[in-house]
Amino acid sequence: MANTVGIVGYGSYIPRYRLKVEDIAKANRADGKAIISSLGVYEKSVPNYNEDTITIATEAARNAVEYAGIDPKEIGAIYVGSESHPYAVKPSAVTVGEAIGAAPWFTAADLEFACKAGTAGIQACIGLVAADIIKYGMSIGADTAQSKPGDALEYTASAGGAAYIIGRAEPIAVFEKNLTVSYTTDTPDFWRRERSRYPEHGGRFTGSEAYFKHVINAARRMMELLGRRPDDYDYLVLHMPNCKFPLRASKILGFKLEQIRPSLEVVKNIGNTYSGSSLLGLARVLDGFAEPGDHILMVSYGSGAGSDAFSLEVTDKIEEKRGRTKRVDDYIQDKIYIDYVTYLNHTGVIIK
Amino acid sequence: MDFSPSREWREINARYRLESSMCERCGRIYYPPRDLCPVCRRKSIGAMKTITLPRRGEIVTYSVIHAAPLKGFEGRTPYIVAIVDLGGVRIQTLLTDCEPDEIEIGDEVEAVFRRIREDGERGVIHYGTIFRPVRMPKTSVHAH
Repeated sequence: MANTVGIVGYGSYIPRYRLKVEDIAKANRADGKAIISSLGVYEKSVPNYNEDTITIATEAARNAVEYAGIDPKEIGAIYVGSESHPYAVKPSAVTVGEAIGAAPWFTAADLEFACKAGTAGIQACIGLVAADIIKYGMSIGADTAQSKPGDALEYTASAGGAAYIIGRAEPIAVFEKNLTVSYTTDTPDFWRRERSRYPEHGGRFTGSEAYFKHVINAARRMMELLGRRPDDYDYLVLHMPNCKFPLRASKILGFKLEQIRPSLEVVKNIGNTYSGSSLLGLARVLDGFAEPGDHILMVSYGSGAGSDAFSLEVTDKIEEKRGRTKRVDDYIQDKIYIDYVTYLNHTGVIIK
Repeated sequence: MDFSPSREWREINARYRLESSMCERCGRIYYPPRDLCPVCRRKSIGAMKTITLPRRGEIVTYSVIHAAPLKGFEGRTPYIVAIVDLGGVRIQTLLTDCEPDEIEIGDEVEAVFRRIREDGERGVIHYGTIFRPVRMPKTSVHAH
């Protein structure tokens, strides 16, 4: 295991404000209870007016450094994956790097691949660490997801993020055989054109040809490469656009409900944090469920479309580092409900 | 553009990381940092050490602003300006993630990184550290 690259630390952040799905339904004259039972999402996190991808990424990054217990100056790469970077030109990652004290000796870039840009950054970090080019690399998936008022996306598009520090020294979980697998095609299921404020999507097209095809292929290929079966894993973490999709994908793959349940609590309680989604799901599993020796399969999904798969083995270091920072559940529980009009103000639809 | 990107840029270390300076002669701490201690003056040359303030503290006093005096804050009233005590150092800051009637002097606060203001839709966005009340979660994760 000495040469294996792994997760040295991670951190989460979720804004404090919540909007109930029933309140969104009321604003749209829709049946809230029917929507909740269809999506399996009860409420979503909403950013304050002074929060954006950079502030969320910075909070998550700070927690990750504290959890890892490393000198931020040793981080040689920072990638921020998001589809809501505050600037079209000027990287989010530089502000994060300055704020956590990693500057100036690090490489940085912003990544975009719908909801999977954060895991794409992890793959880049695995490569740089495995090649001994950097000691630690950090990848963050963070979003303040945009949705047009009245659009179906509005019920789930939420805000939050998670940061992962990748390295060889004292990992809490290792990437088995330093492997990661991606399944990528050109699939127009969801997009946002330059200068458009809100994304568009292909309605029913977002299902079988998009989410399921990519997630299932990436997951199966990863298990094939490692000679694993679903019951060899303790936990499964998938991208969570809602509760229904990952649950169905896990059944198709042959996983049991107990294996995916810990991560699904994230989407039930805060909605789809886009680039933060699968990474927050993994964070919740690492926070309070995974024990040394456990195996976790994580598969992200980004529209457009692609899936990145990772197979993790948890080490005994997790017991030493656990509890150093706020957990996903600490953030989930620290909430203030707002009404639909306040939500429109927070997200800049109404500006006084 | 209404305000200068370079002026804000010079203050990044203090705004982003709560960096301050301590005069090693008299032990006084300054935030934002200073090159010289105004008490020890030239005797403090070479004796100003950069330190980072604690990220938790408590509210010493606060004021609710209803008429914003600064550009970029007009749409955000009422907002709260407070003096917070960070391990003996008192700094002026904005409070966020709370309403004016929810806070009291002595409440515990934690640092958060936020957008402070932006120069319209096209200008630079200024980020910095402000504070929010530490809340003790009362509920458990939704058992849906």
